[in-house]
Amino acid sequence: MDNKKSSARTILAHVVLIILAFLCLFFFYILIINATRSHAQLQLGFSALPGSSLIDNFKSVINDPAIPILKGIQNSLLVSGCCAAIVTYFSALTAYGIYAYDFKLKRAAFTFIMAILVMPTQVTALGFLRLITGMGLDDSLLPLIIPSIASPAVFYFMHSYMQSSLPKELIEAARIDGSREFGTFNRIVLPIMKPAIAVQAIFTFVGSWNNYFIPALVITSKHKQTLPIMIATLRGADYMNFDMGKIYMMITIAIVPIIIIYLLLSKFIVEGVTLGGVKE
Amino acid sequence: MKNENKIKSVSYAKWGYIFILPFFLSYAIFSLIPLADTIRNSFYEYYAFGLKTVGPNWTGLSNYTSLLSSDLPKYAWNTFVMWILGFVPQIVISLILASWFTDARLKLRGKQFFKVVIYLPNLIMASAFAMLFFALFSNAGPVNSILLRMGVVGEAIRFMESTLGARTLVGLMNFLMWFGNTTIMLMAAIMGINPSIFEAAELDGCTHTQKFFKITLPQIKPLLTYTLITSLIGGLQMFDVPQILTGGKGAPDRTTMTLIMYLNKHLQAKNYGIAGALSVFLFIISAILCWFVFKMNTDSDPDGSKSAAKRAKKGGKA
Amino acid sequence: MTKKRILSLALASVMALGLLSGCGSSPGGSDVAPGVEGKILNIYVWNEEFQGKFNENYPEVDRLSDDKSVAYLKDGTEVHWIINPTQDGVYQQKLDEALLKQNRVSADERVDMFLVEADYALKYIDPEADVAMPISQLGITETDIANQYQYTLEAMTTPDGEIRGLSYQATPGMLVYRRSIAKAVLGSDDPDTVAAAVADWDKFYETAEQMKAAGYYMYSGRSDTYRVYSNNVSSPWVENDKTVVVDPNMMNWVERSMEDTLEGINHKVPGQWTDEWNKDMGPDSKVFCFFLPAWGLDVCIAPNVKDTAASQDWAACPSPQSFFWGGTWLVAAQGTDNPEHVKDIMLKMTADRDILRTLAVNYGEMSNDQPLMEELAQSPDFGIELLGGQNYLGVLSEVAANIDLSNISSYDQGCVEEFQNTFGDYFNGVITLDKAKNNFEMSITERYPWLVGGGVIWP
Repeated sequence: MDNKKSSARTILAHVVLIILAFLCLFFFYILIINATRSHAQLQLGFSALPGSSLIDNFKSVINDPAIPILKGIQNSLLVSGCCAAIVTYFSALTAYGIYAYDFKLKRAAFTFIMAILVMPTQVTALGFLRLITGMGLDDSLLPLIIPSIASPAVFYFMHSYMQSSLPKELIEAARIDGSREFGTFNRIVLPIMKPAIAVQAIFTFVGSWNNYFIPALVITSKHKQTLPIMIATLRGADYMNFDMGKIYMMITIAIVPIIIIYLLLSKFIVEGVTLGGVKE
Repeated sequence: MKNENKIKSVSYAKWGYIFILPFFLSYAIFSLIPLADTIRNSFYEYYAFGLKTVGPNWTGLSNYTSLLSSDLPKYAWNTFVMWILGFVPQIVISLILASWFTDARLKLRGKQFFKVVIYLPNLIMASAFAMLFFALFSNAGPVNSILLRMGVVGEAIRFMESTLGARTLVGLMNFLMWFGNTTIMLMAAIMGINPSIFEAAELDGCTHTQKFFKITLPQIKPLLTYTLITSLIGGLQMFDVPQILTGGKGAPDRTTMTLIMYLNKHLQAKNYGIAGALSVFLFIISAILCWFVFKMNTDSDPDGSKSAAKRAKKGGKA
Repeated sequence: MTKKRILSLALASVMALGLLSGCGSSPGGSDVAPGVEGKILNIYVWNEEFQGKFNENYPEVDRLSDDKSVAYLKDGTEVHWIINPTQDGVYQQKLDEALLKQNRVSADERVDMFLVEADYALKYIDPEADVAMPISQLGITETDIANQYQYTLEAMTTPDGEIRGLSYQATPGMLVYRRSIAKAVLGSDDPDTVAAAVADWDKFYETAEQMKAAGYYMYSGRSDTYRVYSNNVSSPWVENDKTVVVDPNMMNWVERSMEDTLEGINHKVPGQWTDEWNKDMGPDSKVFCFFLPAWGLDVCIAPNVKDTAASQDWAACPSPQSFFWGGTWLVAAQGTDNPEHVKDIMLKMTADRDILRTLAVNYGEMSNDQPLMEELAQSPDFGIELLGGQNYLGVLSEVAANIDLSNISSYDQGCVEEFQNTFGDYFNGVITLDKAKNNFEMSITERYPWLVGGGVIWP
């Protein structure tokens, strides 16, 4: 009886998973197919089979000076990469500062961060824009990177992780071995935090890669635009609509680099997250 | 013991300050100063008039009253509805998937494949995803083309011209983008539960459902809270998807206009006064939200599950 | 162990990217002495139309960069194009930002020339704003531009008597229809027959009923007829920079569009420049006609029918009511470091007969040279392939002579967009007429905050 029941569960699980996987892949399948078809072919309605205009569409995207997409990819990678590195390092640093040391304002500092945990950056966007304009940093990539030093949510994750996975005795032991404070953090704490750092680095990278609101307000010149801003232009620009093949190709180009990175690291990403909670 | 602690705090306290300094410095410069400036602007009439600028002229609370007489509550409701439309299926599906993926008895084939696939949409840039949906679900787009050809519908469905259609599309996108992420997060939490608890439960003859509700759920409550927090943050900030799907218009009849889209509208029009007042409203909503979250976090261990998990983990390791 | 390796790999690639991306060159250059022209000419545009015409026809163009974003002139000057979409005021926003920075940036970064459309031209040529240089200051005389259509000059003439922009085109509108559908329903695709069938709105709707009965749509969507109504209004959108006045004719458009939508006279396409609108121009469409100016042939229809059975299935006849649409003016930016180049480009592209002839012949453009257009209108050799060889200039000359831009205002783009958006929900059956009116009032004050006090007056 137990056997029968569990095989029914297995079948149900597979059906649900297949439906969800279909849902996830179907839209991208249409995207890829349409990216291979010419505008004229697309005007005739959807076809399940790819067309032959992949190269043409690709060329017309790459050669379109109105949307310098290669520059956009470069800008996006730069901003997201730096953000991921900065966010994880400084969040771990802050979490460690509060977790490992006893100081007068420790409680207050922790309470403050917890209080601003869900404060959206959009709330201060107006003042932020005026500030960076005053600093001469408008239309620059720096204001998209530097402020991520203070990321309360990542701090919270790191702090929780430390509570469950970083025994204070280890820090004590390191001190007894003569390790300096920053040395302890960089050489002993960071490696222990690796699963948490990896998870948060990925999420931060994705978040920054996706980020549209602030960059769209900060960046004005074309060659500094990040990918989401360029993609958003597609929605509003009349001159883009005459070639749907090009639009599909541009969306494809915007998501392919990250998919390649993902596929290369997918085992690490998925397993890394799952392994995060279990100690060797 | 007491003595040792005292020595520690004396010699290392400064390091605590040094370690947390970058965070607070950055937050002060890039968030607190802008917040003060935003609040200040909200009391002025200050906007770009073509190529000229009007103001800043002190107007007291008039920006606030004019905002309240506009559709602000409606945009707050829109934001909430579209968040719920994505979040409810997201958390339900993710819990189910996470418990399946972590169930060693369930003989799942291609587990790795499914995990990779469901996480994939999370990596897709929201604006590109919205642009894709806009193209796919347009009146003459591929989805309608397929439905028409299969004979499912007789006439093209005008998805983005009805409130239900547009909101559902936004919800669907939010769901697709985040359920894989949540599944993986929850899996990590479930894997963190000491297997001996499950083993003991199985010896006692617990069913899958019982195990799920009696052990898994309470054990992963901290992480569920974390998921709720991150999702709430995301929900309040909802912008990219409806903005690009509706071209910033929140069509139809602004029923997909979110709070941040509305803020963006005023920021783009360089209306600093109104944008400031709107930001202050958002700040108040956020502050309320922050308070709830703060309470939840500082009081997140009412039944002792978190410390139980910690104890279990420590025990497991030893 | 594997994990460790992959993580360091990831970090390494991030660092490599940092190295790759860190090598942007900083814009150098200092202000040049007066009389010496700068090396870089920056032109702000909202699409690639003028850029293409310039690259192919301006005689000083030597070669283009690989991605066509830069044109190198024979004297070594680089022409840079800055393209931002018109929609939602993005073009104006970016242009405003650049113009306001004009005095703070190096000579090479300054805006030298920008293009404007009738919908917002007044904002930029306003002498008080002082961002557009009068053509007299560039040294362009009245004799240089004697052949241009008078309305294109009047529209750019400011109260101080100066002209601040020149156009290369005239933009009277016509009705462009599908020959195959005309044959099937009206029995003939001859422009005179069709002209008679759409001679006025009554006839137009009689024909529309026939189209509907035969399974066709008369036109694509409400935005198509918008200009026909909005050009025939009795006053500008905004009075004294204060009060929005909705013309009775705009409400006629609302009423008529709603009826046509419900009756299935139009194809319910929500807007122009959308994929749906393009499909309606495509080879498989059942839509009979479009209201377009001459530039619409090359810009709108041609790309959708290229290499298809419908590539010559078109003809033109007068619209039931005359209208114009668009019009692009070249404006010299105040503070340019290249006045001589700007002057030469403006003269060559808007007043050189050979170039204007080429624009008419190769692009189906109605060029801004009245005598030339009248001559071509009579010429049996001048025909457009897209229109099956028809010479449509005859259709347009009379309309062009009567274009009246006295009711344009600097608010037109905002009003046009918001009016169509808010009433779009009404046509789609989502909201009531009153709600649409409310929404318009709200949207317009969000876009132009200083109109808050003045209110909106409905007919």
